[in-house]
Amino acid sequence: MKYWMLISAALKRKQTRTVLTICSITVAFVLFGTLRSIAVAFTEDVDFSGDDRLVVMSKLSFIEPLPMAYHQRIQSVEGVDLVAHREWFGGTYIDVNNFFPKWPVNAEVWFDVYPEFIISEQEKRDFVNTRTGMVAGKAIAEKYNWKVGDKIPIMGDIWVKEDGSILWEFDLVGIFSQEEGSGVYGGDQQAFINHSYFEESRMWGKGTVGNYVVKVKNKEDNERIAKEIDKMFANSSDETKTSTEAAFSKMFAEQVGDIGLIMNSILAAVFFTMLLVTGNTMSQAVRERTPELAVFKTIGYSDSKILCLVLVEAMFMCFLGMAIGIAISFIVFLFLEEDLAAFIDGISFQPSVILWAFATALVMALIAGLPPALGAMRLKVVDALRKD
Amino acid sequence: MKQILAITGMNIRTILQRSGASIVIIVGIAGSVAVMVSLLAMAEGLNKTISSTGQDDRALIFREGSNSELSSGIAMTDLAIIENTQGIKKSEDGPMIAAEIFTIIDVKKKGAADTSNLPLRGVQEMSFKIRPELKIIEGVNFFPGRGEVIVGKGAASEFEGLEIGKPIKIRDSEWTVVGIFSTGGDVHESEVWADLAVIQGAFRRGASASIAIVQMEKNASITDFAATLELDPRLNLKVQGEADFYLEQSSGASAVIQVFGYTVAIIMAIGAVFAALNTMYSAVSTRLVEIGTLRAVGFHGSSVLFALMIESMFLALLGGLLGAGLSYLIFNGYTVSTLASVSFTQTAFDFAVTGKIIGQGLILALIVGFLGGLLPARRAATQEITEALRAI
Repeated sequence: MKYWMLISAALKRKQTRTVLTICSITVAFVLFGTLRSIAVAFTEDVDFSGDDRLVVMSKLSFIEPLPMAYHQRIQSVEGVDLVAHREWFGGTYIDVNNFFPKWPVNAEVWFDVYPEFIISEQEKRDFVNTRTGMVAGKAIAEKYNWKVGDKIPIMGDIWVKEDGSILWEFDLVGIFSQEEGSGVYGGDQQAFINHSYFEESRMWGKGTVGNYVVKVKNKEDNERIAKEIDKMFANSSDETKTSTEAAFSKMFAEQVGDIGLIMNSILAAVFFTMLLVTGNTMSQAVRERTPELAVFKTIGYSDSKILCLVLVEAMFMCFLGMAIGIAISFIVFLFLEEDLAAFIDGISFQPSVILWAFATALVMALIAGLPPALGAMRLKVVDALRKD
Repeated sequence: MKQILAITGMNIRTILQRSGASIVIIVGIAGSVAVMVSLLAMAEGLNKTISSTGQDDRALIFREGSNSELSSGIAMTDLAIIENTQGIKKSEDGPMIAAEIFTIIDVKKKGAADTSNLPLRGVQEMSFKIRPELKIIEGVNFFPGRGEVIVGKGAASEFEGLEIGKPIKIRDSEWTVVGIFSTGGDVHESEVWADLAVIQGAFRRGASASIAIVQMEKNASITDFAATLELDPRLNLKVQGEADFYLEQSSGASAVIQVFGYTVAIIMAIGAVFAALNTMYSAVSTRLVEIGTLRAVGFHGSSVLFALMIESMFLALLGGLLGAGLSYLIFNGYTVSTLASVSFTQTAFDFAVTGKIIGQGLILALIVGFLGGLLPARRAATQEITEALRAI
């Protein structure tokens, strides 16, 4: 503890400088916490067992439909609990800029496959029993001021009705919210449509669906079930590609580009800059104290103790800046999480980032603090005092 | 004024002696400016690629309600009705109208583990007459009726195996790449083109296409042409000027990158302000005696203030130039591809470091220099002379 007094005295010597240095380190770690969390969401390997839902899509590309007849065959695979299907509706609500995903789904099982969506039993029943039924996510319903009972007109861009009209009218029968923090695919920024009216009215594509969502009984069986499904349809005219839902939702994110590389390049620029700033501050602080350090040595402080004193001072600044910076980025995510979830699933503050931040702060303190610390250690008492 | 110049001259001549501290300002600002310029250049490049696509005298015909080529669909029989409409230019091979299919194939990007969406366009012979900007730069054009494709040079550089003579898997069969084309840097360079009829067969599209493209006659109005077609009770179509269509798409495409670029740059700039404050405070404190002496012999506090501000902003400007220069050298013309929001396909584009972006970077640098210099300079200017000189 007696050393703590020395370190705190050193830090307080030029308070403005200490505070400013800690502030710049803080800014660096705000960016670190935020950008690494985003990068991790885009790049981390998908754990095949971390999810009890699989998505079966066409092997050709995501816009290719799959036959509805696959439903029964997928259901018959051992270990499969429920099979849901959905289709991309597209379409425009009043204005092109009012974009949100709309999915015709099989209403009977949809909310059992996705228990993260919270909806009342009554609304769930209405959704199943209303052929023109639509349920909207809370965010969407609030944005457009929809109430249960409203008629929602959508102009189809892909889907045309059999009579040649592109105006689809759906009845809003329910509003669902999402379980807090579940990060479920699409969240409450989407709407689901009862498949029956859509199926009987559309001009083409009858008997097909966009993709299947399969809920498995036991997620340890994910890999086996995925392989079995793909094998079952291999060499047919509609081959499939089955992956976990997490992998499926990352498919688009990865296509946006090498997000991880961009984030890491920015961070490299940030930390190169910060290293220089901290390194410079440390060497300045040590230079100014040369006579003091010489006095310490004269009264018997060993070389290694001097080295430690200076290093600990650097570490104190780096770790304090790191802690504040990471805390700020955590708070940023608390506020932004829902907005970011609209872009890609699973963007959230990553606890693993804290570990990396610790390591980075340590390395930073060593690189910035070691040269001046070594300089201080090698100081010759006579030379140092002469400078006075 | 003279005083300011005198002190500034002295300060700048002594910058080299204080190089350690000065480098902190320069590098701190160079870092923020480089990140901002690079990200904005990326947004600008994407924007430019999309918005430079299309000509004012060409029109695209979609199905009513469709906002993209991917979601649109028209019957080939509609073409016979459309081609007799007033305003379409005639060539010796008949009216200049072509039906095209726009769809997606999954191909791996270079170095990627999984496949990406590569746009595939099925075109008719007339498509090449309507788009004279398309030049085959390597190999030959595909032969109608054969399973052959030509590849845009952007797609060729971003995707694996899109080389002349190499096979490309489309649906269940293997087609051959026979040529590479350029369209002067617009979005079509990210596409793969093949014969419409062959694609209709392979993709089970029957007698339908995605869109039609039309070359208008000189001085013909697209608005009139659109009105005629959209009011025709036999058709359910929507007409949009080609240049218009791509301009509309470009605004949204790069907005996310732009916002991200500004946000990160501003956060980094805040860090750089702290660094600059640090440097300038220490620059002031090591020169306290010097400044005190100047004040004692009659220099005004305000001259000292201005001179220090000029020093700080000069260093900042150097940093800004360094950052912008680095980003220009590394990134200008660098090709990448991303998922375009409307077409859901990969669009290749080059980073474009423009004068405007460099200007924005330098403004950021000057702001940082100003904020970082102001407080330390004020302290120096208002310091009691006796206090300052006592430090001797």
